Amino acid sequence: MFHSETGVFKTSYAADMALYPLPVARYAVIALAIVFLFIVPLVFSPYLMTLMNLVLIAVVGAIGLDILVGYTGQISIGHGAFMSVGAYTAANLIVRTGLPFWLAIPAGGAMAALIGIVIGIPSLRIKGIYLAVATLAAQFVIEWMINHITWISGGIEASIQVPPPSIFGFKLVTAYRLYFFLLFFAALAIVATLNWMRSRIGRAFIAIRDQDIAAEIIGINIFKYKLYAFAISSFYAGVTGVLYTYYYGIANYEQFGIDVSINYLAMILIGGLGSILGAIFGATFITILPEAARQFLTHYGGMIMSQDAVTNVVPNLQLVLFGGLIIFFLVAEPEGLNRLWRSIRNYFRVWPFSY
Amino acid sequence: MLDLPWRFVAILFANGVLVGSMYALIALGFVLIYKATDAINFAQGEFVMFAGFLAAGATHEAGFPWWISALLSVAGMIVFAFGLERIVLRPLIGRPVLAVIMATLGLGFVLRGVATMAFGGGTQTIPLPVSNAPVFIGPLILPPIELVGAGVSLAFLGVFGWFFLKSRVGVAMRAVADSQQVAMAMGINVRRYFALAWAMAGVVSALGGVLWGGMLGVDNQLALVGLKVFPVMILGGLDSIVGAVVGGIIVGVVESLSAGFLDPLVGGGTKDFVPYLLMIAVLMVRPEGIFGRRRIERI
Repeated sequence: MFHSETGVFKTSYAADMALYPLPVARYAVIALAIVFLFIVPLVFSPYLMTLMNLVLIAVVGAIGLDILVGYTGQISIGHGAFMSVGAYTAANLIVRTGLPFWLAIPAGGAMAALIGIVIGIPSLRIKGIYLAVATLAAQFVIEWMINHITWISGGIEASIQVPPPSIFGFKLVTAYRLYFFLLFFAALAIVATLNWMRSRIGRAFIAIRDQDIAAEIIGINIFKYKLYAFAISSFYAGVTGVLYTYYYGIANYEQFGIDVSINYLAMILIGGLGSILGAIFGATFITILPEAARQFLTHYGGMIMSQDAVTNVVPNLQLVLFGGLIIFFLVAEPEGLNRLWRSIRNYFRVWPFSY
Repeated sequence: MLDLPWRFVAILFANGVLVGSMYALIALGFVLIYKATDAINFAQGEFVMFAGFLAAGATHEAGFPWWISALLSVAGMIVFAFGLERIVLRPLIGRPVLAVIMATLGLGFVLRGVATMAFGGGTQTIPLPVSNAPVFIGPLILPPIELVGAGVSLAFLGVFGWFFLKSRVGVAMRAVADSQQVAMAMGINVRRYFALAWAMAGVVSALGGVLWGGMLGVDNQLALVGLKVFPVMILGGLDSIVGAVVGGIIVGVVESLSAGFLDPLVGGGTKDFVPYLLMIAVLMVRPEGIFGRRRIERI
């Protein structure tokens, strides 16, 4: 029963494209579901739970960015701005019309997708570094518009408070209740992307990433699919923005600055580009890293310096650690955490009879 | 006839040209690296900030006069750039664009953190021997620091332009940029020129750090100059020194005019993104910038 393959024995395309290539994958999914649905909420403290929630939100955003950058090969430094579009769209709708979350979330995503298509139009003509800087422009323009148009931002300080999401009058206020809410969307994002990427659209994305001129020659309409990539990726970003808004109870443009865009790029890069598992690893790693560094320093930093110095050093050390890790991964392990995971898995796959 | 306040426009325009020339100096740092190594340095702003901190630190901590501090800053940046090329950038040669972008972004984070830890979070000054009294030229009123900055910037742009066109080393660098393999076959030590390009970018950053730091004061915010310079170099074309100058002046003027005319209408902050909009408009027409070299793609 608990077996793995000893070679490639696939005889049909359907078998090759299957979501679960082996029975063991099915058991793994069931085991993961049990862990995340029952064990995590029972074992984790409220503090760990808040971290877990942030990881789940980051997973949605990171997968979205990975579709654009990792699968389609279009660099975007404007992911944070798309999140803010989703966040403000949903916040305005919730406050003004009292929309429930199951409408507000897709609405935020759809608005972000629309803006994403507009931002994606230059990708027809420009690519690489030029496109990266063009998306940086989107980041600045969107940030400015939200900050200066009071109709969007709700006036002073450009922040809108929203009530917590509720299901049939059951308010999702504690970290534990929000956990299941966020878990649902993270799982949805993962499954949807897995399916998307083995469909026609996903294969077109990968063809464009690998060699866009060749893709065009074999009949892929690259402009259309690049816009699809921007739209889908921005949709995920918009949903991420709405989730952040629900999580913090407030939409504020400062949560979606350029550093957030860079954070998300770092996630998919450290995790491993063009892999959903990698995006999940990266989102977890980058979300936990600053918190872990802070905890470590506040507990053990006092041994080498004064407590005052520790509080001063922490934010700077987080920056250095973050930047240093990005560089380290790029130089030492270009394919990211995902590659590390694969090496470990491949070792145990034939264990103990490795030769 | 449009009823514009002509004197106001002239002052804004002149100001834009001067600031734009100083942008061009920083854009030159990008162009040098891109020309020689095909890499984009997203940490250029942090380079400038770090150089500014070095110069300010040398004046305040060690009490050197300004010109020794400036020289120390230049020397420090050369050493730093050499080390950086060796440790971080050499392993990334031949990797996708995103890898280099992210590496330099990460480097920016490290520099910002290290600089704040080493020099503190406050704003420091570099006491340049330039008076604060505004200079009157015809109808114009200009701050002298901008005049000096623009003069130094243009002089150095000229020197680097000559260097690339005429000097032996400059020609070798252009050869490396054109095709690394052919350059190697002709007996050019490609790696040495990569290191040299980074060192030259370090020198330019040090000059930019001293000038901009002298004008604005040195703190973490100085790194934002790097963000302003993206439209400059993309407008001009990534691999053109003339493009850096022209792009710099266009962006400086556009920024200055939008700050003068658009800001009062819409409540401020337009100068941060109007150059970017202009850049996108130009990119749609000329994807390689005004003076950039058109690339032919093959499968």
